[in-house]
Amino acid sequence: MVYTEGYLKEKLTKDLDAVHVEVTDDSDGCGAKFSVLIVSDKFQGKPLLARHRLVNAVLQEELKSIHAFTQKTLTVEQWNAQKS
Amino acid sequence: MNTLLRRTIFPIYSNTLKISCRSLTDAPIKEQIDKIVKNNKVVVFMKGVPDAPRCGFSNAVVQIMRMHAVPYDSHDVLSSEDLRQGIKDYSNWPTIPQVFINGEFVGGCDIMLQMHQSGELIEELKKVGIKSALLTAEESKQKEAEK
Repeated sequence: MVYTEGYLKEKLTKDLDAVHVEVTDDSDGCGAKFSVLIVSDKFQGKPLLARHRLVNAVLQEELKSIHAFTQKTLTVEQWNAQKS
Repeated sequence: MNTLLRRTIFPIYSNTLKISCRSLTDAPIKEQIDKIVKNNKVVVFMKGVPDAPRCGFSNAVVQIMRMHAVPYDSHDVLSSEDLRQGIKDYSNWPTIPQVFINGEFVGGCDIMLQMHQSGELIEELKKVGIKSALLTAEESKQKEAEK
């Protein structure tokens, strides 16, 4: 199964109530290497490990074939602070 | 009678045999990992070895450890398929590298990188009695400035 940026973006946005998701395919299209930025208030009050576990749980199936996966998980507040 | 016995008893027997076989092979790797992460303050499960990492993410973790001059125990998951799958099951984490501090799973490459950037890693190391080289460098810089 080859996953696309669009597929991952949609799934992460929906399952994590994300206000912003950026998915980058770093694999030149073979679909095995992605980096993602997820902005969601579901991360509020959660340490980094818990946030990443949340994301891993959403992509449990997908991560079996995606072997390089970089994630950044921000709350809306953190995202706004980073933008300014 | 014989056939009946075979039909009824054998499946049960072979089932238990299968289960006991599986637990026999499962238990040691889990126990091994348990021992590894509990007997060392900092443990890194990676692809390759610190002097020759065989994956960019593993290399990043090695570089971070080097910057902080952290002594750690490293294990190459490419040398054992049992370990490669075993460690993922143990920590319920899908990717390699994996870092453990004081027996606890801390995270993979992303988390280590972010902990390094935020200064959190220095604090976590301090808790287990390891003084980061970056902290030492910072302190001597301050001392210089005070002179």
